[in-house]
Amino acid sequence: MSDIAERVKKIVVEHLGVDAEKVTENANFIDDLGADSLDTVELVMAFEEEFNVEIPDDAAETIVTVGDAIKFLEKNAA
Amino acid sequence: MFDLSGRKALVTGASGGIGGAIARALRAQGAEVVLSGTRREALEALAAELGGGVHVVPADLSSADSVEALVPAAEAALGGLDVLVNNAGVTRDNLFLRMKDEEWNDVIAVNLTASFRLSRAAVKGMMRRRFGRIVNIGSVVGSTGNPGQGNYAASKAGLIGMTKALAAEVASRQITVNCVAPGFITSPMTDALNEKQREAILANVPAGRLGGGDDVAAAVVYLASSEAAYVTGQTLHVNGGMAMF
Ligand SMILES: NC(=O)c1ccc[n+]([C@@H]2O[C@H](COP(=O)([O-])OP(=O)(O)OC[C@H]3O[C@@H](n4cnc5c(N)ncnc54)[C@H](OP(=O)(O)O)[C@@H]3O)[C@@H](O)[C@H]2O)c1
Repeated sequence: MSDIAERVKKIVVEHLGVDAEKVTENANFIDDLGADSLDTVELVMAFEEEFNVEIPDDAAETIVTVGDAIKFLEKNAA
Repeated sequence: MFDLSGRKALVTGASGGIGGAIARALRAQGAEVVLSGTRREALEALAAELGGGVHVVPADLSSADSVEALVPAAEAALGGLDVLVNNAGVTRDNLFLRMKDEEWNDVIAVNLTASFRLSRAAVKGMMRRRFGRIVNIGSVVGSTGNPGQGNYAASKAGLIGMTKALAAEVASRQITVNCVAPGFITSPMTDALNEKQREAILANVPAGRLGGGDDVAAAVVYLASSEAAYVTGQTLHVNGGMAMF
């Protein structure tokens, strides 16, 4: 697993208070991990801070699973 | 009670009568305060009066760019932002039938749209820090209406709806959003009233006097405090009983 994937999963576990094994790449933040819409906004903010990138609103809307976040960050994080 | 030591606050319209009173009261409770408005000299004068613990950050809230820059500038000056008081406000009174689009737009831009943009910017950091207080200064007119103030009444009623919607969204993050709605408060405008006009106004105010900036400021201090943590989405009317809800 890439370093970025590790860091993303750690943030998700911490923020949503879910078990690490539930945080798979296919896990949907809202449907599988119990996030509400405000949690998804906060997750994006947390990713921005951790990876020092800006995630524009239209990109943020496409990040619905853990894998989406990892893919976006692998492409855009320095 | 109502100790604000260590809290960081931004007050718009601090160069005005009510905003100045709010800034003084927040400072007196221990908060560090950014004073904003367009008239730098008036803000500097208030800062000089207050001594330490205040910063002057002028901004024209009728310009979108300058609105967007204000919260980041305040956060930089204070090292965070816990309390946002959207107090700046303007009137452009006219009979509804004569009201120009420009008069409508100017009032909505400063009273409502700027408050929206500042709240949107401030709430981000508040969510991170799991604490925030937003206090919007409305008006009794937002609930009662007033002839000649279709634009102003709409802007102030709009603040009430915005307050409720945002309050519901962020309550789980320990952020409260409330409105304070003043009635007749002494100001250069009310000072200019003649005896007869004053009497006519007071006939409708059970308290028998006009309010002061301090009356409004005390309500803001309360809503900004930790003690008010369970009060959100509300409109607190400060009007001497002239309208009761
Ligand atoms: N006085 C009353 O009886 C009464 C009653 C109900 C509600 N209110 C509300 O209370 C609030 C304060 O009113 P006030 O009586 O203290 O009036 P005020 O003395 O005229 O103060 C208005 C403040 O708003 C600021 N402001 C206006 N346009 C601005 C702009 N484009 N950009 C940035 N700042 C701007 C002014 O700053 P600059 O002068 O520096 O531009 C000033 O500090 C307003 O929201 C008002 O609607 C007042």
